[in-house]
Amino acid sequence: MSLIRPYGDTTGDGMVQLSFTLPMAHSKIAEGAAAQLANKMGMDPAMVVHSKAMGPDFTFFVVYGRVNHLVDPSVVEVVERDYPLLTPKEANAEIKRTLRRRMVVVGGCIGTDAHTVGIDAILNIKGFAGEKGLEYYREVKVVNLGAQVSVPELVEAARTEKADAVLVSQVVTQRDAHLLNTREMSAAFRESYPADKRPLLVVGGPRFDETMADELGVDRVFSRGTTPGEVASFLVHRLTTREAS
Amino acid sequence: MKTTGKLGLDTAQIREARTLARRVGKPIVRTAQRHTTVSVERATLRLAGLAGADSEGTPWVNRLADVVRADVGLEHGLALPVWDALLRGEADDLETLAQKASAGSITFRLPEGKDAIRAAKASHKAVGQGIKQIDRRRVERERMIAKVGDAPRKPWIYLIVATGDIYEDIPQAQNAAREGADVIAVIRSTGQSLLDFVPEGATREGFAGTYATQENFRLMRAALDETSRELGRYVRLTNYASGLCMPEIAALAGLERLDMMLNDSMYGILFRDINPIRTFVDQRFSRQVHARAGIIINTGEDNYLTTADAVEAAHTVTTSQLLNEYFAKEAGLEDWQLGLGHAFEIDPEVPDSFRLELAHAMLARDLFPKAPLKWMPPTRHMTGDVFKGYLLDGFFNLVGALTDQGILLVGMMTEAVVTPWLSDRDLALQNVRYVMNAAGNLHEDFSPKPGGFIVNRAQEVLGDSITLLQDIEGHPNGLLDAIADGTFGLMKRPADKGRGLEGVAKKARDYYNPATEILEGRL
Repeated sequence: MSLIRPYGDTTGDGMVQLSFTLPMAHSKIAEGAAAQLANKMGMDPAMVVHSKAMGPDFTFFVVYGRVNHLVDPSVVEVVERDYPLLTPKEANAEIKRTLRRRMVVVGGCIGTDAHTVGIDAILNIKGFAGEKGLEYYREVKVVNLGAQVSVPELVEAARTEKADAVLVSQVVTQRDAHLLNTREMSAAFRESYPADKRPLLVVGGPRFDETMADELGVDRVFSRGTTPGEVASFLVHRLTTREAS
Repeated sequence: MKTTGKLGLDTAQIREARTLARRVGKPIVRTAQRHTTVSVERATLRLAGLAGADSEGTPWVNRLADVVRADVGLEHGLALPVWDALLRGEADDLETLAQKASAGSITFRLPEGKDAIRAAKASHKAVGQGIKQIDRRRVERERMIAKVGDAPRKPWIYLIVATGDIYEDIPQAQNAAREGADVIAVIRSTGQSLLDFVPEGATREGFAGTYATQENFRLMRAALDETSRELGRYVRLTNYASGLCMPEIAALAGLERLDMMLNDSMYGILFRDINPIRTFVDQRFSRQVHARAGIIINTGEDNYLTTADAVEAAHTVTTSQLLNEYFAKEAGLEDWQLGLGHAFEIDPEVPDSFRLELAHAMLARDLFPKAPLKWMPPTRHMTGDVFKGYLLDGFFNLVGALTDQGILLVGMMTEAVVTPWLSDRDLALQNVRYVMNAAGNLHEDFSPKPGGFIVNRAQEVLGDSITLLQDIEGHPNGLLDAIADGTFGLMKRPADKGRGLEGVAKKARDYYNPATEILEGRL
């Protein structure tokens, strides 16, 4: 595909729409300021088609206008997720088909971390960002150990429950506690499991860097904003492909 | 056949549904009466005036309760050993007692004979003062409404603030009120429901919400009082009496004159994996406090529809409403205090989805004619297509107008995209105003056709909910077994599992709790 422009009602017209709020009272000057912003964003001409006061200090605008930028789809680079995103229904079906039993997930917060926000957002049926947690998945058995779980306790629980995956959440990052705890955890699992029997190790938390998985000795790192569906899809993908190979 | 309401429902069938709800609920009430929890006992200490926390932020009520429990157990209640220690001169007041107790310098005992009678009397007096304070708060609310005026129309417009920082929440809430909100809800920090203590003081850091604390309650209520006077209408404040500290939060809400509280009979069990017994005991106490405080509860039936298909699960909403009504009335709440929840969550791709929504909402209205129903906007099928979402919210508002909802949570077109922007809220309120202005009185002209789609659907849902209640009653151990085996379609929650179970105790013969005694009107 060659270079293209936005399409309003004629090829190449470059028309776009935009809405925003400025922190100023509604006036002719405010409308001018809105047009100025649109111009600076590359809209020329810019038509302020709607402006409305929202209280004494704010004004809302809708702007239509033309941009002269070209986009080149052939040079767009996309970071592909290396696993397909599944709905809960698809995830359940996939587990049933390949594992032929329920997937067991053990989760908790290790170290002194008492912030179960992250692990609960992923595991609790209540979920996060409009997605239900793993408890909602019929084919997933969730064992949520909660806060302040010691590494030996976690390994023990993983063994007793025959965990397919272990999820660890770390919110507290003082003196890099989250990194130290994670390394301790992955080392403990390496020690007590033969390499091919070890459950999948997944850590998550707002301050983790997603590229650090290898360095931390885990299978996956999830960062801020991760939803239960993403975690479930990853687990299903890795476990079912492992089973098949 | 005697019929009632716009749908012409059979009154005998409605009676049957209520009778079943009572039969299912009664054993739960009996179980609740036979148990106490750490949070009920801590709420009692809070009503007696014990507040504050130690240097680590652990509330004094937790400190004191833990020591007393370790010495004499929970099953007698904390009032007798605590006030016995005060009468023995171990400390001059509760806070000093809590400090000394956590330093390990006091041993508690269970008083007997005359000592027990004296301790009971003293605790009754102290807790009575807290309850008197709740009474004064209630009168204060009534006076203020009489003086500045009430919300000008129904439904009350309910808006949410949730910055995590109480000092950011306050101007946002005041702005939302100026823009037209009649009710402000401060969303709690994610995970607060699983904390077994109530944080202390004004808080500036929360996850996707602001911690519920007594000081945050006080600050927000004071700010909204100011705004109420400015606007000439009383702006109500809402928070959440749910999770492990439900009774304590209810007590704090009463003491700080909150006006509405989210309080569902089964939400914590099903969605937070809190132990069923813990939940039912805590819930009953918290509802007794709400009844006393003149607080309107909001139940959480919308949650059923966010986890299950809104058409298939429609009858679970009705069933839960009937149970919530029974438990609420048993605890002393009146019809006007029952903000029974329901939601607009049917997939818009389903044919006749609007007619189905209307049928479900009319059913709730006709079943509970005197309750201020709480109508919750679409969330599940809001996709990020803000234009389509805006239309969906308009239809949601239209159902609200047609079915005389008491409380309308304003839907945001940016649901599932961002936390609402100033402009999102403004557009959402324009949507509500347009619909109410254009069609607010349409219900006067509108009656569904007898035997038509809407009437049939409503009857079907009512019939299904009766079947479900019969199914629950048919379980050997009733509702507890039904919850345990996943009857509610979600999770299996056995009565001996779940969070907070270690905080439950079966009452001993000599159990005494002055708060329960006063709230149940026995003294």
